[in-house]
Amino acid sequence: MTLSNIVVLVKYVPDATGDRKFEADNTVDRVGVDGLLSELDEYAVEQALQIKEKRSGEGGEEITVTALTVGPAEAEAAVRKALQMGADKAVHVQDDAIAGSDAVATSLVLAKAIEKIGVPELIIGGLASTDAGMSVVPAMLAERLNLPQVTLAAVVETQGDQVRIKRDGDTATEVIGGTLPLVLSVTDQSGEARYPSFKGIMAAKKKPLDALSLADIGVDASEVGLDAAWTQVEETSARPPRTAGEIVKDEDGSGATALVEFLASKKFI
Amino acid sequence: MSEVLVLVDHVDGAVRKPTYELLAIAKRIGSPSAVFIGGADKADAVASAVKGYGADKVYVVDDAEIKGYLVAPKAEVLQQLAEKSSPAAILIPASGEGKEIAGRLAIKLSSGLITDAVDVQVKGEDIVTTQSVFAGNFTVDAKVVKGTPIIAVKPNAAAPEQGDGAGAVEQFAATISDAAKTAQIVAAQPRQATGRPELTEAAIVVSGGRGTGGDFAAVEGLADALGAAVGASRAAVDSGWKPHTFQVGQTGKVVSPQLYVANGISGAIQHRAGMQTSKTIVAVNKDEEAPIFELVDFGVVGDLHTVLPKVTEEIEKRKG
Ligand SMILES: Cc1cc2nc3c(=O)[nH]c(=O)nc-3n(C[C@H](O)[C@H](O)[C@H](O)COP(=O)(O)OP(=O)(O)OC[C@H]3O[C@@H](n4cnc5c(N)ncnc54)[C@H](O)[C@@H]3O)c2cc1C
Ligand SMILES: Nc1ncnc2c1ncn2[C@@H]1O[C@H](COP(=O)(O)O)[C@@H](O)[C@H]1O
Repeated sequence: MTLSNIVVLVKYVPDATGDRKFEADNTVDRVGVDGLLSELDEYAVEQALQIKEKRSGEGGEEITVTALTVGPAEAEAAVRKALQMGADKAVHVQDDAIAGSDAVATSLVLAKAIEKIGVPELIIGGLASTDAGMSVVPAMLAERLNLPQVTLAAVVETQGDQVRIKRDGDTATEVIGGTLPLVLSVTDQSGEARYPSFKGIMAAKKKPLDALSLADIGVDASEVGLDAAWTQVEETSARPPRTAGEIVKDEDGSGATALVEFLASKKFI
Repeated sequence: MSEVLVLVDHVDGAVRKPTYELLAIAKRIGSPSAVFIGGADKADAVASAVKGYGADKVYVVDDAEIKGYLVAPKAEVLQQLAEKSSPAAILIPASGEGKEIAGRLAIKLSSGLITDAVDVQVKGEDIVTTQSVFAGNFTVDAKVVKGTPIIAVKPNAAAPEQGDGAGAVEQFAATISDAAKTAQIVAAQPRQATGRPELTEAAIVVSGGRGTGGDFAAVEGLADALGAAVGASRAAVDSGWKPHTFQVGQTGKVVSPQLYVANGISGAIQHRAGMQTSKTIVAVNKDEEAPIFELVDFGVVGDLHTVLPKVTEEIEKRKG
């Protein structure tokens, strides 16, 4: 099988270094906080570009990388960044009804959008969303599209229709193999993501960016959004701030003595 | 009483501690049914182990046909067991693979999924989960409102409870589709035992960062004096000083021990995400401006290479 299309899943998320919080309806505040392309999805874009570059160089394959996002109007920024990094096309599924969707609904919208634009040989996602990160959307998408999944890759290699990854499990490091078409997800171990170059930023302005609504992809509004969610948040609460601790300067071993006293007072020794 | 399915986390029949924690949670909800997917020759040992922590039933699913395949077959097994037993809930360890099994299962059963629960309680009619989000800055209470609650539970969410369940063993022959037998484990290198507690299970974690300069001897010395697990920042992992399995943080392990000791770690948001729910936090750092000091119960401004060995020596002396 030749590889002609890669779809990269990119999510627009609140900036982790900003003041992330919840709305009154307990959904993530996606408007009051600056957002950006999830850092962890940059690694997915990077792998897509590396696979494209390697295979078009060695095998002469013509590969189109499409960045796909589901999110509010602002989420366009996420696919724009992917285009600046080097993706060829972008698709943005946007519909007011999607607000508040859980992973189950998000995976439905992604699956329908992918069916609409054409199921590619390779779909690449990130390790997790940096906001509500569950690390489940790629697996759910594989389930919905009835595709194999090779996920949580620290190292990715492709050759012909074979994909091999290395992944760090809890109890073992595993090499996992699969045959295209499949869903892949990558971790932040897979290789530094590139910065958009000036040329890339300029070129991105001319690249196609399609907006799709739920109607366009054949999803009924009742299947998504907060009201359709299969889980319900009862309550969110900010963790009480930690009370200021005691900080001592070490001078000729005084720090060590003080630390031992502290540990002893807490019964750790 | 309704059954509660608990997916047994094991390595070749050696049951891992999170399984017992899940059984303790299952008891709050109903009658725990452990689901062992593994070698038939290990079934007896596993059955008696989980019985000892309250399993009333043990479903044994011989994995001869599906061994070596990832995620999808296990989701099919649980789907078929759920259809047969109509459980009140399905509990799965929140490991990388566990969460993916849970994700596929949620779609198959049209059921709501909650991942990374740090607590699960029954409140009236509801099974309410607690999660820690936004780098540990918020806690969220949630429940499943559709289908069978599928909950992926983090290590340490409950204390294991010894005490025999009925332990009735039932062989279950699942039908696995060819489509599920796709992603294959080509090779596996089991993790080498470090002789120290598991990072996510340890009561005390002693970590080192870039400030160690690559020399973890002082960090490991203190860890051993305290009976602790050793952790690392991503900077230390990226430098090749420790394998990725040691990494604490957003893209590593999330730990919540009684005591966390950060040494030569600045305290970036991604690192905090993995440790800031620890009960007591201690840091040793040369730079008094390091953000980690905003979190600590006790901090020492100093060089870890001189402070830690003295601390270790003093602890050893006190232990006599
Ligand atoms: C997508 C993404 C995911 C990430 N995930 C993680 C993650 O999971 N975990 C993680 O840890 N990081 C993660 N990071 C990286 C994170 O942003 C920081 O870069 C990293 O945590 C820094 O590690 P550090 O504190 O060891 O190093 P530094 O920030 O360089 O800090 C070193 C500290 O050591 C101190 N020091 C130096 N010498 C000594 C000495 N002799 N004695 C005492 N103190 C000394 C210095 O004062 C300094 O505070 C992630 C980043 C990104 C972008
Ligand atoms: N709204 C979304 N739009 C596009 N991709 C998404 C979206 N949500 C999740 N993903 C992809 O799925 C991965 C895992 O997400 P999660 O399961 O939410 O942690 C992310 O890293 C993305 O690649």
